[in-house]
Amino acid sequence: MGRIAALTRNPVMIALVAMLAITGCASKKTPNSAADLGLNGAGAATPGSAQDFTVNIGDRIFFDTDSTSIRADAQTTLSRQAQWLNQYKQYAIVVEGHADERGTREYNLALGARRAAATRDFLVSKGVSSSRLKTISYGKERPVAVCDDISCWSQNRRAVTTLSGAGS
Amino acid sequence: MRSFLNPLLVLLAVTLGITAGSAVPALAKVELKVTGGNIEPLPIAITDFQGALGAQISAIVTADLKRSGLFAPIDKGAFIEKIANPDAQPRFDDWKVINAQALVTGSVGKEADGRIRAQYRLWDTFAGQQMAGEQFFANDANQRRVAHIIADAIYERITGEKGYFDTRVVFIDESGAKNARKKRLAIMDQDGANVRYLSDGKSIVLTPRFSPNRQEITYMSYESGQPRVYLLQIETGQRELVGNFPGMTFAPRFSPDGQKVIMSLLRDDGNSNIFAMDLRSRSTTRLTNSTAIDTSPSYSPDGSKVVFTSDRGGRAQIYVMGADGSGQTRISFGDGVYSTPVWSPRGDLIAFTKQSGGEFQIGVMKTDGSGERILSSGFQQEGPTWAPNGRVLMFFRDSAGGPKLVSVDLTGRNEQPIPTSNFASDPAWSPLLE
Repeated sequence: MGRIAALTRNPVMIALVAMLAITGCASKKTPNSAADLGLNGAGAATPGSAQDFTVNIGDRIFFDTDSTSIRADAQTTLSRQAQWLNQYKQYAIVVEGHADERGTREYNLALGARRAAATRDFLVSKGVSSSRLKTISYGKERPVAVCDDISCWSQNRRAVTTLSGAGS
Repeated sequence: MRSFLNPLLVLLAVTLGITAGSAVPALAKVELKVTGGNIEPLPIAITDFQGALGAQISAIVTADLKRSGLFAPIDKGAFIEKIANPDAQPRFDDWKVINAQALVTGSVGKEADGRIRAQYRLWDTFAGQQMAGEQFFANDANQRRVAHIIADAIYERITGEKGYFDTRVVFIDESGAKNARKKRLAIMDQDGANVRYLSDGKSIVLTPRFSPNRQEITYMSYESGQPRVYLLQIETGQRELVGNFPGMTFAPRFSPDGQKVIMSLLRDDGNSNIFAMDLRSRSTTRLTNSTAIDTSPSYSPDGSKVVFTSDRGGRAQIYVMGADGSGQTRISFGDGVYSTPVWSPRGDLIAFTKQSGGEFQIGVMKTDGSGERILSSGFQQEGPTWAPNGRVLMFFRDSAGGPKLVSVDLTGRNEQPIPTSNFASDPAWSPLLE
């Protein structure tokens, strides 16, 4: 209610929120498949390439508000990731943990770190060697979706598995 | 620029004697209690100081006092007496008739050696006497500082509280799109003037905080890849990593004696615990050991206790412990999520960010958690920092595309935007120099 009142008082902000919502929607869906990303043909990426991982496997999972537990849909994605990572062992892996903006900066750094660790632990439980895995938290400092509403926040509460070239 | 923070810059403060004709001391009538419920701002007339820089100095003094919410500077157009000699006793009746309870006169001039000489006199118009008078010498680069020091003296004389105008704020300057924000360490005067950048914006930097001597800041940076806590000497630009920990270190603050930095360290299991590092011996002490997020530690001003955030009870709440980690006790029990506790420099209150009902609130509570008061509510705002007199807070509020700095006094009624050219977040107020 306070938010509505604030918006009513500030027409400029309404316009801005509306604009951002539109841009936000462009990247709203979970980019778990090539089709979602607007790339034609899932097979376009060379098997075993970073693009293959991002496009065909899905490089990210999402979390509930203030939660670090791996949801059922995320478990499916991570199992697929683990299978791929176990097949292509040349990659070192950094798991990035992120939070939405609905928390304070320091707490969200800790929350992002915990999400990254939970994701790492799940991958390890599926056979990915822990020596290949590092984690980093960006807290709420690296949002992908920039609108000020729930659809964006859910995009930003994420862990992204990134491949850092030939691993050790 | 080297002299920016030099505490010795104001070379001399001399108390000016009472001029002839006002030698009979009367009981001062002008005083203001800062604590109390409703504060009626004190009508004050601040005349343009004599000299080429005079109007400029007066304008800064006027702006400082006005923003405090405790003073109501009277429009210069209403002044009747034209002050010809700032050292002579004014015609009190001319000031009483426009309801100026206090009057400020002064002059600014240059010495032969290039220094600025500034003097002011504060008059109690209804008692018909001088309340204060001082003379300062400063070097040329510090015109604004001289004005802030005069404003502090007036504030202190009338309210009985230390002023906070001759202070600085470190903060994060933010520019660029929200999903590609450039964040730079920056420092400025408390009124937003004299901004200087302390980092180049290539790496994310967060949460800068002053050392008690104002010469150093501790902050968090991603420059090595892994986010870590650093120290920065403001004047020399010298940087140093704090400790050699295996994981992310974050949420740093100095101890009140400046000998330690307290911070969070990420554990391998993804939880965060609180450590203190002695800057001389480099030894570290673990203060918490929970399978939870323990972060945002802040010392009490006597150094005996630490307030921090933990989600060990489910959601984030505020806890207090001894500086050795003993007696960890939850103190926040309100409806909502609490974080970023900061102990007041007076020791009496803890400021915090609270999330409740879809809003972010800035509030204060007593150190046992009782007496919670919300001072400001908004859609997205966080991160309070105390003015060194413990009467005003600054925090950042996100609206219209990015964060900006805002101050609010302890009544919650006087909220003021702090002007910055870019977006700004994570303000930390400097201490006062004795």
